[in-house]
Amino acid sequence: MRIFDPHVHMTSRTTDDYEAMAASGVKAIVEPAFWLGQPRTSVGSFVDYFSSLIGWERFRASQFGIRHHCTIGLNPKEANDLSVRDEVLAVMPRYLEKDGVVAVGEIGFDSMTAAEEEAFVDQLAIAREHELPVLVHTPHRDKEAGTRRTLELLEEADFPPGQAVVDHNNELTVGMVLESGCWAGFSIYPFTKMDEHRMVRILEERGLERMLVNSAADWGISDPLKVSKTVAAMQEAGFSDDDVDRLVWRNPVEFFGQSGRLELEEVEYDRAETFAGSSVLRGERVET
Amino acid sequence: MIATEELLWEQVRTRATPEQVSWLEDAVASVLGEPESIGPLFPAVGRRVGRAPLDPAADPADVHAWTVDDAGRTLLLLALGEDAPSELDALYRHGDTAERRGLLRALPFLPVGDTGIPLVEDAVRTNELSLIAAALGPYAFSRLGDDAVAQAVLKCVFVGIPLGGLEGLDGRVTPDVSRMLAAFVHERVAAGRTVPADVWPVIDRYPPEDELAEIAAELDHPVTERREAARAALALRDQQRST
Repeated sequence: MRIFDPHVHMTSRTTDDYEAMAASGVKAIVEPAFWLGQPRTSVGSFVDYFSSLIGWERFRASQFGIRHHCTIGLNPKEANDLSVRDEVLAVMPRYLEKDGVVAVGEIGFDSMTAAEEEAFVDQLAIAREHELPVLVHTPHRDKEAGTRRTLELLEEADFPPGQAVVDHNNELTVGMVLESGCWAGFSIYPFTKMDEHRMVRILEERGLERMLVNSAADWGISDPLKVSKTVAAMQEAGFSDDDVDRLVWRNPVEFFGQSGRLELEEVEYDRAETFAGSSVLRGERVET
Repeated sequence: MIATEELLWEQVRTRATPEQVSWLEDAVASVLGEPESIGPLFPAVGRRVGRAPLDPAADPADVHAWTVDDAGRTLLLLALGEDAPSELDALYRHGDTAERRGLLRALPFLPVGDTGIPLVEDAVRTNELSLIAAALGPYAFSRLGDDAVAQAVLKCVFVGIPLGGLEGLDGRVTPDVSRMLAAFVHERVAAGRTVPADVWPVIDRYPPEDELAEIAAELDHPVTERREAARAALALRDQQRST
């Protein structure tokens, strides 16, 4: 089985997680740029984070045979911080053209403020300029209203719905997202948002078209193996191997493939290699 | 300058597809018209124009070999003309390894005066072989002070960058560089370890008597590993002399 986790914040995870993910069948991932659990106070912290997403984290993943891609964007929470917003938006075009960047994101709503809406619309335009799809976060609070407003703004911007994934759906939002023509993402969490058994029910009702399942694992309580656990729940419910492959591989490949920048060949890796003088090894390298 | 530009275009044309060449032509035209447009173009060069070695006969693992994207990025930087000094810092700061490498390699061809020196110094502080090798070319060797050159050469030896590929080093070898490399050989021999052969021509530019005597004394050291390491190191010296 091959798994493509289309939304996982590996910056917050350990090498044990990479190892377990690889063992569960994960061969490719997308790590969206998001906030770090604590607000950043200058554009420099964003720049270092973006650099890490296009460099160090890619290298780290490759050491476990996993192809790492990322999205670059100003997240909704920090879009409200006017002291950093404009500088981050100004520096983004340099990072959107890097190898391995497959979408603009996560963008969208957190608290449904005017500043969030403005940053979202601005970034839709930036995505068009760089011919990239968008990965849209939906709010935890007042999710239905936030999702509806998101879809309205996508339509007003005339953004091609097939190039937008609206993420973190639940039973109440999935219908409107699929009807809009956008892709629907589901973050499978241990306690919140969505679990694998509810996910299977949604798949039974709605089918597999334009559906993406992710672990979203980050710095909070989360599980980077949730995609493979969803696969197990699907198999238990009688989905075929082909259904599984479509959901956890071909769908994300189809969506992010629209960037023209997916790299899916097997990774040749050597754990003794270094990146910028750093290695995932500890101590001296073994001389060969 | 014009010769460089023509030569690079010629090489890119033989190594890239017509579609890739036309992307680069458009990008250069865009930078000529609007220098700031280089920001998002610079990172895209590898994807748009290719990353193979510029010389088809070159070994892709050779840290000194130029790549097609190095040439493409140099052409973009040449298009900046007099605006090059003001764009350089941001391009380097936001660049990934390949972008930084291309920029460092372009330095000798750009009208940037000394503005590239802090970038060279930054690159030499990293442990990325391709960046250190790209930083240490004719630009650096015509501007860095003697101490900085000596430290940079020593760093190359430590991280395994072949000294023979450092263009412009020849005129900058001082007795101090020879002495430091000989001291390095002694230290390695005393640890029972090997040394790269290419340190010897540099050491023998200004043979440092004391250090060489200390290395020779290791041939009679009571510890077998040290005697053997000394023999191996000095055999490399004889080999280098005879070639």
